[in-house]
Formats: sequence, structure tokens, C-alpha cells
Amino acid sequence: MTNEEMNVIIGLEVHCQLNTSSKLFCACSADFRGDAPNTHTCPVCLGLPGTLPVLNKRAIEYALKVAKAFNCVVLEKSEFCRKNYFYPDLVKAYQITMGDNPLAVGGYVEIEDDAGNPKIINLTRIHVEEDPGRLVHMGNREYGHYTLVDYNRSGIPLIEMVTEPELSSPKEARRFLNKLRAMLEYLDVFDPEKEGAIRVDANISIKGHERVEIKNISSYKGVEKALIFEITRQKNLINRGGTIVRETRHFQEGKGTTISARSKETATDYRYFPEPDLPIICVADWIKDIISPELPDARRDRFMQQYGITANHAKTLTGDLKLAEFYETIADVGAAITASWTADILIGELNYRDMSLGIVAPHASEFKDLVTLIRDKKITDKAGIEVLRVWLDNLRTGTKMEKPTKIVERLNLARESGEHLRGIVEQILASNPQAIIDHKTRKKGALNFIVGQVVKETRGKFDPREIHAMIAEFVGK
Amino acid sequence: MSDAYNAFLSDIEIPSSAAGPLAGIRVAVKDNISTKNIPTTCASKMLLGYIPPYDAHAVELLKAAGATIAGKTNMDEFGMGTTTENSAFGPTLNPRDTTRVTGGSSGGSAAVVAAGIVRMALGSDTGGSIRCPASYCGIVGLKPTYGRVSRYGLIAYANSFEQIGPMAANVTDVARLFSVIAGGDHRDSTSVDKPYDFTELHASVEGKIIGIPKEYFGEGIDTNIAKIIETSIDKFEELGAVTLEVSLPSLQYALSAYYITCTCEASSNLGRFDGVRYGPKPEMTNLWHDAYTKIRETGFGPEVRRRILLGTFALSTGYYGKYYVKAQHAKQLIRHDFRRVLTDCDLLAGPTMPGIAPKIGELVDDPLRMYQTDILTIPANIAGIPAISLPCGTFHGMPVGLQLMGKIFGEEVLLNAALAFEEMT
Repeated sequence: MTNEEMNVIIGLEVHCQLNTSSKLFCACSADFRGDAPNTHTCPVCLGLPGTLPVLNKRAIEYALKVAKAFNCVVLEKSEFCRKNYFYPDLVKAYQITMGDNPLAVGGYVEIEDDAGNPKIINLTRIHVEEDPGRLVHMGNREYGHYTLVDYNRSGIPLIEMVTEPELSSPKEARRFLNKLRAMLEYLDVFDPEKEGAIRVDANISIKGHERVEIKNISSYKGVEKALIFEITRQKNLINRGGTIVRETRHFQEGKGTTISARSKETATDYRYFPEPDLPIICVADWIKDIISPELPDARRDRFMQQYGITANHAKTLTGDLKLAEFYETIADVGAAITASWTADILIGELNYRDMSLGIVAPHASEFKDLVTLIRDKKITDKAGIEVLRVWLDNLRTGTKMEKPTKIVERLNLARESGEHLRGIVEQILASNPQAIIDHKTRKKGALNFIVGQVVKETRGKFDPREIHAMIAEFVGK
Repeated sequence: MSDAYNAFLSDIEIPSSAAGPLAGIRVAVKDNISTKNIPTTCASKMLLGYIPPYDAHAVELLKAAGATIAGKTNMDEFGMGTTTENSAFGPTLNPRDTTRVTGGSSGGSAAVVAAGIVRMALGSDTGGSIRCPASYCGIVGLKPTYGRVSRYGLIAYANSFEQIGPMAANVTDVARLFSVIAGGDHRDSTSVDKPYDFTELHASVEGKIIGIPKEYFGEGIDTNIAKIIETSIDKFEELGAVTLEVSLPSLQYALSAYYITCTCEASSNLGRFDGVRYGPKPEMTNLWHDAYTKIRETGFGPEVRRRILLGTFALSTGYYGKYYVKAQHAKQLIRHDFRRVLTDCDLLAGPTMPGIAPKIGELVDDPLRMYQTDILTIPANIAGIPAISLPCGTFHGMPVGLQLMGKIFGEEVLLNAALAFEEMT
């Protein structure tokens, strides 16, 4: 069988931290990032003997928002239970989670398949559980290795969302996660900017063979990478006549590979049983009081209608809540030009710099000024990109807070036109006689070369169309 | 230990200056109830050196009521036992006869009250741990309705059964202490806000219907004990109550349902004792699995290890349905049976224990026989109902306890009846 004929089946278990202000079972602040280790702890989240959990109602409300947005059925009776296992980051040696009676079952979300067609991904269940603490591995080979434990994360509320095994490729899995992230962000229950806020376990198999679980992948990119590696590994193994064994594997983020987990770590029998310290929760009735905000798909459709922008721009802009809001605050400059400068150019430059929109968002009005300069033909597109780059570099390093309008002034990038161009064109033509000959002999691109030289000489201050016209005056069309 | 009965594990006293119903009264606290700045060990080597940074809800209330915390009392390790012989720090001796056990697991609390060292004590009762030593030592002990006293700070053994409760030499002091600790607590989701008003206490049982479950006088109950109890119950008729023979057939499942559930819960509760944060430092090994294994092999006593293993087994894949799930069904049957008889009756009466306090060492090597002595106390824990043990006579010079059980949140009726009985004898 060829690789293409082997069908890939992927199911995901996604754990997302809910951005409640306090932890799931105690009053400790859940906003611990950047703070010293073990400063967001109390007897309850340290699991001290004698302490008892008290459920954070807000976490259940957040989870219900998610359940409603994904069209799930909320159970009449949901039950917390204990998942028992030993690990140094797990203070009570059990995690309070949900078992046979989760918060909600069923539900679905629409994504695009690899061919761009709509595809429904069904959810199995959604439940609420607590995050364990975090191990920090220290030391070195010379003086020995040791491990520290930080319990700030212990007790942070998580929702676990489990999909049916219906994803067919790593790209599809990535799109599912992007959609999921966007929806959770729109629901205001999740902050994707927080490190480790999302963690994924992936079940993956080649049709007709055993499935393998990859545990604890902690980034969106990681999921795609891990799946690509694992599919290749499994297909190669099958092609060589080998057998896939049912096992758990760990993803090694740095290397992009997966390795088999030691059997000692996976032979665990979690001995689930109902948590006797918490009552059964009956929240199916609450769902009618949950108000869903506008979700990504609805916003995409509105953007197309209200702003008349392309489907692609609308999809990109609404695929991230902050981006959609950013766009809407500045769209009055001109819906189309703003869509293009935001979805295409700004996002490209941000990705190139590994910057997040969060850094730019507070300065939306400055970006708006830049787009306005371009719209009003005060600077050319090329100059606009140059200004954008300088502005983003400044924001990234935090060294100089210079507005785009100032950057235009300082770099003398204001658009020029008229007779001043004639002299420059003359000069460039004089020093590139071969290009003129090439043009006259109908060699393709010869004129573009001259235009490029002029743009370079004028540092993009003239409209390329004007340059074109001027050159044509000299050499003919 | 400094005391003659090995009843205290810590004799650190914390006086309170608060004016309140317990002002000036010394109250001992069982060592599985967390006390801020006082070591709390559950009589286990595993918790040696552990000093809680917080007070249990009941302890906070004691302090606010003016009580002096008069030390921490010995017990069976983590509450697992019926004699206080399973303490890592040796058994507590019964003040009535120091060759005999105090009963357990709140043996230290019973002994210090019986010996007159303190006026009151807190115990905890998972399957009879207050009533058994109260019976063996000749004092009064109340296991409240499940949820009436907050469990916050009580180091869990079997969460769904246990309650903190008062122990004292007489019903009035038990009621007084109960009035301080009863009531809701937002930190315990299973607690219910039902305070107890001490001024309501008055001797009264007239017109009440007292059910006599025939299963409480059946096989395994010493006939001499049964006779003493029957005589005591007759006294209620003299006080104007009516007795009625009732039957609770589901009690045949009580012992199994109890021991399965409590070992399951215990196996999970005690997982946190892994040597990382409590107890003696484990030897350094390359693998944390090995370090955990070693510390748990040596840190826990044999009875605790036995119950952890039993519970781990009963919860594992393939056995969960056969044991845990079945035990929960049995629990429902028993609760249903009690609900039924307690619609007809106001109270139930019977012996607390099937016999008098055994000799030290007599039962310690026979866990099954030891478990069987819990047969009369366990049902109240399964049903969640309040139950009290009262001294009602002696046999071979040792105290015998009468057990009264009431309706859910029926402590008022229960204590009034107990007081009426106490005043008459």
C-alpha cells in the first residue's frame, strides 16, 4: 500500500486553562504568571491534610459557555471524581476531574478540510478538572540534576474537550485547534497568550492498525509537528512490515520527534471513583441563562456583509478575537485597504518577527495613521512597509516610541511627484544603456529593472506607476 | 509520654482569652484534627514533624468559645482501628483497667476524659471511633449527623462516613461542646448549616417511640451485654417512651459495604503521603517511584498498609464494579432501611459494642475479628444519622455503652432522651 492510500485517523484531547480570577477549588489568585514560585498557594491547593475543595462556580459557568458554543448537551447530573496516580507535581496524589458523568457530551464544530470544504468535527465530551503543579528541572551534569516543584499552577481550572477520531491530517488538526482557540477567546474564558494555557494529547492511528497516544503537547505548532512525525513513523514502520504497538509516546518539542514513554509511567490504573468531598452538580438548567457572544463564524459573515471585504480577509481577521477587534477600531479608514494592510501585511510582518498582536493592539491609532497616509497617497505602499517595519522593530525592542508619521518625517519618505523625478530617470537611464537596448529588443523585464533602480534611488517615494509613465516618455512603450 | 495512659501525643496547651460558653474549659483534641502550630500526626510516623499552618473549623470554634486546647490525643493510625493499638506511638491504656484497651480510634480522647484529665474532648467517628471508646471507657460520645459539623481540617480517612464529635463525662457537657462545633462552614461542601442550641437541652423522652432493631441483639453479641441493654431500654418505658421491635435486614451488608468504601477512600486520601512534603526524608534514589515505594513501605503501620492495599484493589479496573459499586448499592439499601424504620420511630436503641473492652493484644493480630466488633456502630455512619453512646452499667467491672440513634439532624431529640436516661440512672 502506498503512503497516500493509508488513511490517517486523529482524535484530540485538548486541555485549556480557564481564565477565572481564582483557582478551581480555593480562593487563590489564578493569575500567577511572572510571580515567584509557590506564592499563589494555600492549604487547599497545596493539598494539605484535612483540607477540602470548594467548587468555583465561575469555572462551571465558563465551561457551560463553551458547552453552549459547541452545541453540547449538558448532563442533568455531573459528578466530580478522583483520578488517582502518583507524581511529584500532584499534591493529593489524585486529580479532581470528571469521569463517567462529565459536564456535557456531544457537540460539534465546523472547520475546513484540506481541500477547503466544510467539515464537521464532533466532540465526545467536555469536562472540568484541576491542573497539577509544575516541575522545574534544574542543575547540570557537573553538579548534579535536581527538580523543584512550583505549586502556583496547582488547582488552576481546566476544561478538557475530547473530539471523536474524525480528523484526517495534521493540518486539519491544526485548523481545529485554531478554531477552538478562537472560539474560547471569543467566549472570554481563555487567554491564549498565557504560556502553557493549552495542552493537547493526540490519538493517532493508520486505519486498520493500533492507535498511539502522544501526551502533553504544549503548543499549536507542536501538535502539527508531532502528528507529522508520528504519521511518518507509523507509515514507514508499516511499509517495512512492522507492527504498530498500542502505546503512549512523549513529544520532544525541541527535536520534533516522539519517543515511547516508559511502561512504568503508563501502566497506571487511575482507580477513578466519585469525589466524596463534593456534591453532584446539576447545572443543565443554567444553560438557558448563558448568553453566547458573537462567535468567529458569525463575525466573519458580518465582516463580509458590513465591510464588503473578501471571504479570505474576513476569515483571517475574525480567526483571532484581538485581530477582529483591532480591525474594527480602524476600519473607518477604508474597509478594503485596512483589511489588506491588517490581514496581509501587518500579520506577515508580525509573524516574521515572532511578535503577537497584543503588542501592537494598544497602538491601533498609530497603525491607523499609517494606513491613512497610504490611503491618502501621502506615502507609497513601499514606503508604508518600510515605515511599518521600523515602527514594529521599535515596539518589539521597546527602545523608541516613534509614531509612523514621525518615522515618515525622519526618514524623509513623504511621497513626491512631478518634475523632480525626470532628472532621476534621466540619470538612471544614462547609466544603464544595456537595459534600454534590452527593452527595445523586447526583452521581458528590462523596463522593470529600470523602474526598480528608480524606486531604489528615490527610496520608494514615488508611485511606481508614475515612474513607469516617466520612463515610457523617454524610451517608448 | 508524660501521662500514665499514653493518651496524649502532644501536651502543648493553647489557652484562649475569649469569653464564651467554653471559657476556662480544657478540651483535648484528637490528633487527626488540624491544629495551627501544634504537631498533628494522626498517630503515624508518616506525619512526624508535620505542623499544620491552619486550624480545623472545629478548633477555630473551640478557641472562639474560650476553650483551652489541652493537647492532642492518641488514636489508631489515621483512625484505622477499634482499640487504639494501631498507633505508631503505642496503645492508650484504659483508665478503668490499664490491662485493657480504650477502644478506638479516638482512644486517647476517651481516656483523658474518663481519667478526669480534661473535661471534654473532640473525637472523630468514621465507623464508631467516638462511640466505641466512649463505651469501653464509660463516658458519653456523640457522632453527629453527617454534615452537621464541618470536616474542614479533619485529616481524611473515609470522607463519606466521618464526622468530628464531642466526648465528655456526661450528656450535658457533650451537648455543650456540640453546640459550639455544630453549624455550616463554606469550606466544607458537605456541611449543612444546622446549628445546635444548647438551651434546648432538657431531659425528655416521653411519648417517643424507640425502635429496637433485632439485628442489634443477634449473633456475635455477648448475651450478658444484651441483658444489660434490655434492662436499660426498659427504663425508657418507665420514662414514658414506647418501644417497638424493628428489623433492618440490609444490615447483613453493612460490614462489607463499610470496609470496602472506607478502604477505597483511604487508599486515595493517603496517596499524598509520599515522603516529599511530610514525614521522614526518603532515601535518595534515581527514580521517584523507588523513593515513594520505600517511604510508603516503612512510614505506614501494618493496618494502614492493609487498608490501602484493600482499597487499591477494590478500585482497580475489573474489580471496581464488583466491589465499590456494589458497596454503594448496599449503602443505599441500608440508608433506605433506616429511613423506613425512622419514619415509624423517633429513636433506635441497642448496644454500642458487642462486648466490653478487650485486653491489650487480644485482637490486634486478628483484623477480621476486630472489624466485626464495629458491626453495631458502622450502620449509623452508613446511614449518616446521629448516634450517641451512654454508660448504662458494667460487666466484669468494665463499662457497657447504650447506643441511641436518631433521625437525620435529630440531635435535639437524641440528646434530650440521653439526658433523661442519664438523670434516671
